[in-house]
Amino acid sequence: MRNALLVISLIAIFAFFLYVAVNPGDLGGNTGDHLIFGEPRYSDMDDYFIHNGQNQTGANNIVTSIVFDYRGFDTLGEASVLFTAVLGVGVALRLLRRDKNDE
Amino acid sequence: MLLNLPFITVVIIMALGLYAMLFKRNLIKIVIGLSLIESGVNLFLVSLGYRNGGIAPIYTNAPSTNMVLPTPQALTLTSIVIGVATTAMLLSFCMVIYRHYGTLDSRKVRRLRE
Amino acid sequence: MSKIVRTQASFLYTFVLIFGFYIVAHGHLTPGGGFQGGAVIATGIALVVVAYKFDEIKRRIKKTSLTAAEGIGLLSFIIAGISGIGVSFFYNWLANSGLLFGESVTYGINPGYLNTAGTLPIMNLAVGIEVLGGLGVIVLYMLHFVKGGERNAA
Repeated sequence: MRNALLVISLIAIFAFFLYVAVNPGDLGGNTGDHLIFGEPRYSDMDDYFIHNGQNQTGANNIVTSIVFDYRGFDTLGEASVLFTAVLGVGVALRLLRRDKNDE
Repeated sequence: MLLNLPFITVVIIMALGLYAMLFKRNLIKIVIGLSLIESGVNLFLVSLGYRNGGIAPIYTNAPSTNMVLPTPQALTLTSIVIGVATTAMLLSFCMVIYRHYGTLDSRKVRRLRE
Repeated sequence: MSKIVRTQASFLYTFVLIFGFYIVAHGHLTPGGGFQGGAVIATGIALVVVAYKFDEIKRRIKKTSLTAAEGIGLLSFIIAGISGIGVSFFYNWLANSGLLFGESVTYGINPGYLNTAGTLPIMNLAVGIEVLGGLGVIVLYMLHFVKGGERNAA
């Protein structure tokens, strides 16, 4: 029973994703919002980065200039997440070792 | 329709990951399913920013100036690093669970042990 | 592992490190950057971990130094962000200033000059050190957990 429900929901999700990927149509109400590979709909911000990134940051690699300059806060959070994950791994693995030693 | 082949690949990868997370009992396989869904999301983000005939947004000795969108690539970089961090965390918890319970079966782990 | 693997690992370790630092240092010119280069260097650490015995690894790679590298990397990244606080957080005050990494670049294709991009190379280096410490210490933690448990059981 539970497995049947899972199979049905999985097939439903798969069919919906496939429908969106193949035939985007007018899901949001706008017939113009098609999901076409190779033709991004909105690219004003990215064109600004591509045309002004070299003058403003001096970096040839636009992705680096976005990661570290335009969206520096994002990278700060990312580095903190990595730091916290390493801390969590250390705590989890060390806590249990001490557990074993006490026994 | 064939032009949307990357999006169809994303759908298949995410469906496989969802299948692994829903039907498998082994915790390692559940982590693999989560990683598959992450990969699907990363591929979706990168292929959203693709422009026909575009090159990577790097000006060093570039053959042309028709470049793909850089912002999805930057966000994908963030997503990959966070995915690595979460996967390491989950795998270390799997190791702790295996040492504690002697099994990785999620049905047996649920049972409380004094 | 066998002697062949150990010899190759200690031979390749240096080159993996050099390649990783090359990727970190050229993060603002070529594909790559702090995260990718740090991951490459952590691969070198994992290579040593795979090839050698447990006691040898404990002698060669110190866990405390990797943890210190992680903390120092995150701290210097935050300091590099704060250093532009005169205008705003994460302001690139070194770019186009003529100082260190301060050469200005005009729009267009160029062969790539190392002395550009302001605070971005500094941040790349900081993040690279953080990532190499973080990923390396994860590998070492897992190894110590597995080996320590075996030793306790035996």
